[in-house]
Amino acid sequence: MPISEIDLETALKKKFPDAQIECQDLAGDEDHWEVKIVDPIFQGRSRIQQHKMVQEAVVDHDIHALSIKTADK
Amino acid sequence: MDQKAILKTIKSQITENDIVLFMKGTKEMPQCGFSSAVSKLLTDLQLPYMAVNVLDSPEIREGIKEYTDWPTIPQLYVKGEFVGGYDIVREAYEAGELEGLLKDKGLLSQN
Repeated sequence: MPISEIDLETALKKKFPDAQIECQDLAGDEDHWEVKIVDPIFQGRSRIQQHKMVQEAVVDHDIHALSIKTADK
Repeated sequence: MDQKAILKTIKSQITENDIVLFMKGTKEMPQCGFSSAVSKLLTDLQLPYMAVNVLDSPEIREGIKEYTDWPTIPQLYVKGEFVGGYDIVREAYEAGELEGLLKDKGLLSQN
């Protein structure tokens, strides 16, 4: 289900209050998103753990395609 | 099949085969861009792998999400270990980590 950029950012900010967050609507349909999250909280965690944290942040939203990029700095 | 049997089937698939890709569609005809990309990457690395088409079985499709505790398809397993979905596999590949892992597991020659 589509989600607006504001709602997506809000959901991510709630989980990652100190992160630098970028959301890109890949197909212009609000249903294929790429999110880039830079947060020191990722430090020392595996990619799988990092992506899981992001998935958890948007678990209440049924986004068709979500591409995730994470970095700790 | 009941849920327990499904999870058992998945477990034997990933332990009896070195590389298993749970994907939408087949190697020859992937039905999703992300599945297609991971499949192509494995082919480019000339790695033999078992492809499980989750579209053939709703039980496996839901079962693998539960088994891995990961919400999306594709899912790549190497020697029984979950490596990642599309984003992670691509990042690991670009960072040279995927080849490192495959070499460590003896699935790719050292040179």
